[in-house]
Amino acid sequence: MRTAKQRVVGALWVLLLTGLITACDEENPPVIRMASTTSLDNSGLLDVLLPRFQQESGIAVRVLAVGSGQAIRIAERGDADLIFVHHPEAEHNFLAGGFGTQRYPVMYNHFVLLGPDTDPAGIRDAPSVEAAFLAIARQRSPFISRGDQSGTHMAERALWKSAGHQPRGGWYREVGSGMGATLQMAVAQSAYTLSDPATWLAFKRPGELEILLGRKAGMRNVYSILPVNPGRHPHVKYKYVMRFIDWLSGDAGQQLVRNFRPRGEQAFSLLPAE
Amino acid sequence: MTDIHEAFATALQLLLQLDPGLLEIVTLSLKISLSAVLLGALTGFPLGAAVALFRFPGRDLVNAGLHAFMGLPPVIAGLVVFLLLSRSGPLGPLGLLYTPAAMVIAQWLLVTPIIAALTCESATEFHRSYDEQLRSLGAGPWRTMTTVLWDGRFNLVSAALAGFGRASAEVGAVLMVGGNIHHLTRVMTTSIALETSKGNLQLALALGIVLMGLSLALNLAVIIVRDRVKQRYA
Repeated sequence: MRTAKQRVVGALWVLLLTGLITACDEENPPVIRMASTTSLDNSGLLDVLLPRFQQESGIAVRVLAVGSGQAIRIAERGDADLIFVHHPEAEHNFLAGGFGTQRYPVMYNHFVLLGPDTDPAGIRDAPSVEAAFLAIARQRSPFISRGDQSGTHMAERALWKSAGHQPRGGWYREVGSGMGATLQMAVAQSAYTLSDPATWLAFKRPGELEILLGRKAGMRNVYSILPVNPGRHPHVKYKYVMRFIDWLSGDAGQQLVRNFRPRGEQAFSLLPAE
Repeated sequence: MTDIHEAFATALQLLLQLDPGLLEIVTLSLKISLSAVLLGALTGFPLGAAVALFRFPGRDLVNAGLHAFMGLPPVIAGLVVFLLLSRSGPLGPLGLLYTPAAMVIAQWLLVTPIIAALTCESATEFHRSYDEQLRSLGAGPWRTMTTVLWDGRFNLVSAALAGFGRASAEVGAVLMVGGNIHHLTRVMTTSIALETSKGNLQLALALGIVLMGLSLALNLAVIIVRDRVKQRYA
């Protein structure tokens, strides 16, 4: 019996050690951690880019898909090597705080204002997104806000501010969720919501919501990469991060972004290198 | 209803095809949860037995603490481990945040109180019936503890299974300290949360069915082995 017991204990130790080894062998091949917005991950773009980059460079990019606000805070703590986000104001603060080395704008698209095709607030022909927001507020039509400090949430708050209205009341629902979950709630409640177009393309189901407004002033949505400053966090793999940025701004990367067409529609437009 | 039917069909399909993506996350889930239960047993068994057998200052507090921590919200466990392991935290230089090891630590925090509390219950019971006998034999504290633990080993198996249940079902803590990174820290529960948030409800439910099936199989296997061994002793 003694031996049987010892055997069990031995097997358990082996199990524990394999668990710990799994934890430790991540450095071969080299691995960098990218804190990125959920929209890039959910849209499927990263699934196109990262395997190709790994194939060509031998560098694996691990993605923490969170809201832009959280991505920036993760990087400030030194828990990521780079961020790929869409919240210019917070990005500039990130640089000003000495957390990043530089801001590399990569691509852009335009946010879309979605709603039920019955369009109870009549925003389809609104002259501006601010006018549309005010119409929704006046009608007290249900509007779902991300409420999670993400880039999309911050863009939405900026648009309310520029409309000069502080949304408040039962019709304005802050859900504190990612874009996918928010879209589902908007569908379920026949509500208006602001979305990035890439997630919308990846998620939309026929006959649920419609794009009622897009491509208006203030709806431009720029995605940038910011490497974490190795002067601030010496353990970050700055060299590999720069390899990724060079690759993405080179022919191979640019072509993949340009040809990324979920459901046949262009999701991102490239920005000229600065 | 069609959604639920199709979820079962998807689950079956994933299992029959031995889908490599599924195998990867299932293997990782099992490795992490079993490691956490093993660590939880190594710490929880002696801790529970000590509370049952010995009179020491603060014993009531430890006992109450064990029971209170059985209800620890996983997000809080995740938050504590996150702050400890973050590069800006006290254990930051280890670089463990967003690795499977961080997930094991978080789950270990969650399972140890359950294992210790159940061990304590079992040890109290056995101690009551053996106390005089052990004392007349002049057994020291170490001997008493190992005897009580060994005689209660079938109860300890149940304690470990309860711990495994908590570990494998948990999502908040591993999401926080693991980051749900594809190919690195994505496990069953975080995949289910992700697919749900993406609106892939059938796939999410299918993964849930696979998770429950695995849990059922593991519990069944352990219970059968335990009862076989028990019979041989009886």
